[in-house]
Amino acid sequence: MPSIQHKFIAGSKLTIQLFCILFVDSGSSLAAPAACSAPAHVVQVASGVFVRPGHPAVVFEGQEIANIGFVVGDLCVAVVDTGASLAEGQALDCAIREVTDLPVCYVFNTHVHPDHMLGNSAFQRPGVEFVAHEKLPRALALRGDIYLERAAAHEGRVLDESIFVFPERTVTGIVELDIGGRVLTVRAHNTAHTDHDLSIIDKSTNTVFLGDLVFLEHLPVIDGSINGWISELDDLSGASFETVIPGHGPVSAPWPSAAGASLQYLSTLRQTVRAWIADGGDLASAQASIDQPDSGDWLLIDHYHRRNVGAAYAELEWED
Amino acid sequence: MNVFATLFAVAGPLIMLSPEPGQATTVEEDMVWTGGLRHAYFGDRPISQSDDMIVLKAPNRADDAAIVPISITAQIPQTDEQYIQTIYLFIDKNPGPLIGKFHFTPRSGRADLAFRVRVNAYSPIRAIAETNDGSLYMSRRFIKATGGCSAPAGSDLDAAMTRLGKMKLRTNAMSPVAEPMAAQLMISHPNLSGMQMDQVTQLYAPAHFVRHVKVSFDGEEVFSAETGFGISENPSFRFYFVPEGEGELSAEVTDTNDLHFMQTLQVAPAVSQDLVQN
Repeated sequence: MPSIQHKFIAGSKLTIQLFCILFVDSGSSLAAPAACSAPAHVVQVASGVFVRPGHPAVVFEGQEIANIGFVVGDLCVAVVDTGASLAEGQALDCAIREVTDLPVCYVFNTHVHPDHMLGNSAFQRPGVEFVAHEKLPRALALRGDIYLERAAAHEGRVLDESIFVFPERTVTGIVELDIGGRVLTVRAHNTAHTDHDLSIIDKSTNTVFLGDLVFLEHLPVIDGSINGWISELDDLSGASFETVIPGHGPVSAPWPSAAGASLQYLSTLRQTVRAWIADGGDLASAQASIDQPDSGDWLLIDHYHRRNVGAAYAELEWED
Repeated sequence: MNVFATLFAVAGPLIMLSPEPGQATTVEEDMVWTGGLRHAYFGDRPISQSDDMIVLKAPNRADDAAIVPISITAQIPQTDEQYIQTIYLFIDKNPGPLIGKFHFTPRSGRADLAFRVRVNAYSPIRAIAETNDGSLYMSRRFIKATGGCSAPAGSDLDAAMTRLGKMKLRTNAMSPVAEPMAAQLMISHPNLSGMQMDQVTQLYAPAHFVRHVKVSFDGEEVFSAETGFGISENPSFRFYFVPEGEGELSAEVTDTNDLHFMQTLQVAPAVSQDLVQN
């Protein structure tokens, strides 16, 4: 079991929320504020590895949804995901300053979803390199306009394309990056949660940011491939990570048991939807009739389960 | 700031007065339609708004904006004397509001249709039936796009491209001779609306989608469609046709790159079939 050292840094949740209201997405000129008045609350999950806890909510209907964080090396800091807004990115940036004076050198985006990468522009400055899966730019190009519309429709947030920061470096396969005294293994995965999932392993502590390859508490959301995801989780289950940081749920979790809940939900769903298709049932009836499995205390079932049935159906109907 | 909150605040009191429960409409909701779409496609022709001719079924909320299942059920049988010859489907707020035109003949048996659409925003969705005497009937619903991460784009573009043009044609034929038989045509195709050139990423993908579908039984057309990128990735159409006896069901598909795809299926009424080819 990893030892979890809770480190509370100045700034209550209320302060952060006020900050969000006042400054949320009011323009890129606010990136890299001179004074840090509202650092995010972060937790140290391993030596030099910090996580800002997320709280399950529907994208564009909440703030601080995903677990995001950073790793402090001897030379510089690597950020993993930046949150749902410029303000979240700025608060994370402030939290880094509370921990170290070292500059940020990398920002990794585990995938394209807005709760993970709309804070990117807070880190857009000289010396910071944005890194993502080779297929992330295409996914962002296909979805960017819709994300702007959703932010306006659901939150009244008026954003423009400056909120999107495309990666300067894209990853295929595995890349190792040294941040001084510690090497990060960055891996581009096959289609799973999305078609461009990226994981980051800090080799010195054997801690891994799995992004949304693994969900806890928050119902898994299929936006890539149910078959691919099950296969990727099966493979990852063979790894012996010391500490795993899931994209949603607690800031750290034991491995491989943390993969169990996501695997069980996805496997049961696949089995049920395959049977539905074999019986000639159509998509609408599958979505109306296939309930979530009894097992698991998932949050956001009402928002994402029917969607998952649809995504699974659309993929599995092409299996034979 | 939230235009939809305002819109629903207006809609609230009208629900009591609506002739169709749960289908309250507001002037605001229909502005795209009344402000131009209607006249662009139908001029001043009268359109009867009722569910007497066709009934459109769509989920109140789009769980996945990329794949929203919808169906249209005809309220009359297809006969030589009276039949539905075309059904238009519009989603007012989509970039291309006319999702498709679907053509039927007396040999269709029933002008029922089910397929999946992309829904970009909160929008009215309307099916308009044109009968052989030229009359127009509209069934209207309203779809709320959900929040969340889903986008109208597909989730695994490379998988769809790898399978490009693969088709499945099937019937679940327990139906007797000369009765309408349910059929499904599935086409593996990304149905891309196209991506804009991005100055930073230099990404560009031209539109590439299925634009014409024709299904015949023994050489006689039973169903055809002119479609756009509002149809979901990997288009799937469920429809009916009347086999007078054994024969060949054939589907021809053309996309915007002028690629042609064909699939055939031998059909014998009253015999269960579920044949998958390619």
